[in-house]
Parts: sequence; C-alpha cells; structure tokens
Amino acid sequence: MSISYLEAIREAQSLALATDENVFIYGQDVGAFGGAFKATKNLFHEHPDRVIDAPISEDAMVGLAVGAAIEGMRPIIEMQFADFSSVGFNQIVNQAATLFWRTAVPCPITIRLPSGGTPGSGPFHSQCMETIYAHYPGTIVMTPATVEDAYSMLLDAIAIDDPVIFCEHKYLNYHLKADSLPKQTLPAKSARIVRSGRHATVVTYSAMLHEALRAANNMKNDGYEIEIVDLRCIKPIDMSTVLGSIARTGRVLAIGEAFPWGGVTSEIISRISSEGFNLLDAPPVRLNSIDTPIPYHPDLWRYHRPTASSVEEELRKLIRE
Amino acid sequence: MANPANQNQELNGKLSTIAVETYRWMVLARTFEDRISNIYRAGKIVGGVYVGKGQEAFSAALSTQLRKGQDVYSPLIRDMAGRAAFGEPLIDAARTYLGSARGPTIGRDGNVHRGNSHEGMPTMISHLGAMISVVNGMLFARRLRKKLNNVVGAASIGDGATSTGAFHEALNMAAVEKLPLIISIANNQFAYSTPTDRQFACDELVDKATGYGVNGININGTDLIECLEGFGKAIAQARSGKGPQIVVGNLLRLSGHGEHDDAPYISNRLRSSNLGQDCLVKAKNRIIEESWCSEKQCDDIQEQATIEVNAAIAQAESEKGPNPYSHDWNAYSSPSFRK
Ligand SMILES: Cc1ncc(C[n+]2csc(CCOP(=O)(O)OP(=O)(O)O)c2C)c(N)n1
Repeated sequence: MSISYLEAIREAQSLALATDENVFIYGQDVGAFGGAFKATKNLFHEHPDRVIDAPISEDAMVGLAVGAAIEGMRPIIEMQFADFSSVGFNQIVNQAATLFWRTAVPCPITIRLPSGGTPGSGPFHSQCMETIYAHYPGTIVMTPATVEDAYSMLLDAIAIDDPVIFCEHKYLNYHLKADSLPKQTLPAKSARIVRSGRHATVVTYSAMLHEALRAANNMKNDGYEIEIVDLRCIKPIDMSTVLGSIARTGRVLAIGEAFPWGGVTSEIISRISSEGFNLLDAPPVRLNSIDTPIPYHPDLWRYHRPTASSVEEELRKLIRE
Repeated sequence: MANPANQNQELNGKLSTIAVETYRWMVLARTFEDRISNIYRAGKIVGGVYVGKGQEAFSAALSTQLRKGQDVYSPLIRDMAGRAAFGEPLIDAARTYLGSARGPTIGRDGNVHRGNSHEGMPTMISHLGAMISVVNGMLFARRLRKKLNNVVGAASIGDGATSTGAFHEALNMAAVEKLPLIISIANNQFAYSTPTDRQFACDELVDKATGYGVNGININGTDLIECLEGFGKAIAQARSGKGPQIVVGNLLRLSGHGEHDDAPYISNRLRSSNLGQDCLVKAKNRIIEESWCSEKQCDDIQEQATIEVNAAIAQAESEKGPNPYSHDWNAYSSPSFRK
C-alpha cells in the first residue's frame, strides 16, 4: 500500500469524524465535491451532516467554529488556500486564540491551511502563514513535513483543546508517499532529528525539510555529515532538541519557505543566540524566500524560495566559517 | 371559540407583566451605569466606560423575551439592560468594572467584556461584528447535535458595525444556513462621532434585510411597548423556523460614545427630536398611564434598584484585584501545552 500526504490528511479526518460525533468539517467546496484539493474526498458521503459547504466567508467560518467549540464541538475549518485565511485573521487571533484566556472555555478548533508554493500558483495561492498565527498567544501551529506526521499530527490537532493552525503543504500533497500510516508517533510538540550528522545542523519544517535532505545527500559525497531537525510544530518550538543538536555540531542553518522578515527562522536564531550562544562555532545563519511577493512563473518561483542548491550553498559557506 | 374580548384582556395582561418586568431591568441598568460613570469621573475606573443610556428599552425588550438558560444572547457595549434582563448577576458587572479578581474575567478583560457562555451569553470581543458568527456557531452546533429545541440566538450591534465585513458575512451565513438568529441593530444615529450618512446609503437600515433574504422589522427604539412587540414578533418568527430576523431600533444615544466624550457633534435639534426622547421616562409614563403600576410602585422599583446597585458596588469595591505574581499566565487550556 502506498499513501500520499493528501490521502493521510483525508484519512485522519475520516477517522476523527468516525470516532467523535463532535467533529465536523466546514469549508468551501468540502462537501460532495470533496474540497479544492480533494482533502475531504468522500467524507461527505460517509458523514453527510458533518461535512458542510461554507459560503466564501472566512471570517464567519472561523466565528462559527468558535461558537460551535463553545458548545463543545471540535470543528475543522478548511481554508481553501492558506492565503485566504487572512480574511479570517481577526476571528483566529482575537476570538479563537483569546477565548480560553478570557473565559476559561476551551477552544478546540482546527484550522487547516493548505500552504506554500507550487509552480504557477503566484502571489495569492502560495503563502506560508505560520509566522503570522504563531505570533499570537493561545495558538498552536503545526507544520507537518511527512505523510506520517500529516496523519498523526492532524489527529492530535483535532484532539487538542486549543486552536490549532494546521499548515499542510500543497507541494507535498502528491509528491510525498509513505508505505503505511503510523501507529505510534512522537507527541505533536516534539521536534524530530531526521538525520544525524556532525558538521552542521539544519533546523527546518514543512516542505523545506525535503530541500534540506537533498542538500545533505549531495554533500555526503564530499564527506560532510549534516544533521537535520524537523520542528514539526513551530509553536511551541521544541528548543531542547534544537539546542541538543547544536551542541553536537556547533553550526546552524535555519530554513523556512516563508518571507524573511521576522518569523520562524528568526525566532530560532534569536533563541539559539540567547540560549545557546556558547554552543556555536560560527554565527547562526538563516535562509528564507526572497522578500518579494511570491512569483507566478515557475523559473522565478524556483529562484524565489530556498531549494536544495541554495541550501547547499549556505551550508558550505557555514561549514567553511 | 375564544372570546375576542377575553383574548385581548389576556394579551394586555401578558404585556403589562412583561412591560413592568422590562422596566425594572431598565431602571436597574440606568441606576448602575449612572453610578459607574460617577465612579469613572472620580478616576476610580481603569479603562473606558460605555453606557446604554437611551437604549435600555430596546436592549432589555429583546432579552426579557428570551428563555434564560436555553436561548443564546450576545450583548454588546450598550446592553447593560439586556444583560441584566438575561440573568447576568449585577455583581459580575460591578466586579468587572472595578477590577475585582472575583469577576468573570478575573481581571483579564474589563468593563463590558464579560459574559457566561455556559448560560448562553458569550463574552464579547471588541472587534465589531465579530460576535454574530459566534452566535451562528452556537446555534449551528445545537442543530447538528439535534439539540436546537426551538432555541433562538440573538446578537446586538450598532448602526456603525453594520458596515463591517464580519456583519455581512455572518448575516449572510445565517441566512444561508437558515439559523434562528435575531440581530438587534440599535440605530443610535452615530458610531462614535460618525453620523449614519457616512455609514450606509440606503434610506433605512432595515432595507438591508431584503438583500439578505431575511425578515426585517423597523421600530421606534424609544418606545418600550413597540420594542417588546417588535422583538416578540422576531423571536416568534425565528423560533418557528422562519430564519434570521433583523430588528432595527431607531433612537439616539443619550450619552457620549464613552464617558470620556461629551458628544459635541450631536446637534441640539437632534437631541430635542423624537429620537432623542428618553425611553426610561417614556416607559414610566406609559406604565402609569395604563395603570400597570402606580407612581408609588415605580418609586419602589427605583429604590430597590438603588439598594441592589449600592450593594453590588460596595461588595466589588471591597474585593482585591488580581495578583500578577500568583496569576495563571497560561493562554493554553491543554495540559500538555501549559507551562
Ligand atoms: C472592527 C472595529 N473597528 C473599530 C472599533 C472601534 N469602535 C468601538 S465602538 C465604535 C463605534 C461603534 O458604533 P456603532 O456600531 O454604531 O455602535 P454604538 O457605539 O453607536 O452603540 C468604534 C468605531 C471596533 N471596536 N471594532
């Protein structure tokens, strides 16, 4: 059996719907049509009353989820593209994320954000929004990079009593396959050392994990051993795994597909600089996409975001330092 | 067959009871908010004070007719009367204004940002329009779980907030989902200092109902009886499955936007127009005129309100504020994510 990242997301929702009557899915075209990416394919047929097409009203979709959560349900909101969650921003950061703090009523909602670039998607169907939501207290932000994590972390997200922003990467939807779904997994908030090494640590998440893996494989031929940490969850950040790795390698490159100003990579570098300064043999480095909107043309797009070759270039510089 | 004369008597009897009850909440709200603004002026309240002066009839006429513990009611900044009528303990309000650690938000939010969603009253956030879809969600969830049981949900809003995208999305969504939602729109002629002609271009706010495919009711918000009847009708229609209802009450804010604002932008002409009539005075006159209450009974209502307000404020004033050193500084509820 082979299962894709996208199928894993579908399977997790199928299981959640089947095992908990409080779970429902609300989003544009998620019903009979099965979602723009087919992440809810057939779920409507399995649970016609709990897989529901929403009007194009991201603000009200999230508001509705909060209201349903107040009543004890566990809604999953599918944003058609992460980019459009900006319209629901207010409800996410001011309503959902503050609910428990203000009222002692938990807010178990999962907001699925099909994120990240694919060739030809352009400025408004390619964004990585994790930083924006991570900035606000009360949110948990997950960024699964593997089929197994897409499945198990989505199940965790639905079970967690706080609002989870679930950034699933569109590029991985079909590119990534696994033999089977996992039975046992790491807790969602733990980072994972995907590959061990001694010359430098890469800290990354989501689709960039795979660019980093390609770069590390290339460099192996020259005798370089690169350790790779997959954050999995970018909020909270599992700093002890990150610092443990840097203690072994002394060098770190943080990679993110999101825009460079602020964000996960700068948070990582900032924390390493203050919490692990004495572990470093070279200044910590980070790599993000270019500070422009995301371009449409595939040739521009490939250049705009970090790739295996730009990662490799950064790593070689870092190791020479 | 029922005798029409008896039927009228019965209706009149019901109206008199509910009018007096609503009047009681109006008096309590006015008395409480007058006290709160005095305390604010004395510099003893941190943050803003926003009162519902002139809007008490419109506010309370909705929630006195809701079923406490069953229906949903999402009040906003001018709804002291509506909150009280829906069953909010006066002490919750006093504690929130005075920063008592025993208030419903334990000092984490203040003044009007209080509620109790277990009792069907979600806690407002400041962002205007944002609460309507939350009420949608509460109704939607109950329907999904087959526990709707004729429940209705009501959300308050002002004329200014009808310009938000959130209002549009939520009302449209409620219409699409055919939810038993009532939106009460207090058209008090201003959003802070901005008059309604800078807010919408239709003749009457209620005209918007047609475009959303929902029922609209336009009433004189200074007239208690008209408010009771208008909301009574809206609630009955929502309960009987006729979908969302909007009720627009036309009135005037008889205060500044907040107690920091003396509202020089409200003209004397408007103040002395019919819109500027004080609903509380009008309600009292009407109740006495109809012999639903004597002058003396009205005085007793006022006296009772003063006693309750004094007690709640004295109690809240005697209580400590939150202690930052022992405060639970966790924004997460899940045990595995708490520090
Ligand atoms: C989205 C949003 N924008 C701005 C504000 C600031 N604000 C608070 S009350 C108010 C005026 C509201 O007017 P209206 O809706 O007519 O209600 P009223 O105060 O008259 O009762 C404004 C602009 C806000 N709370 N929310």
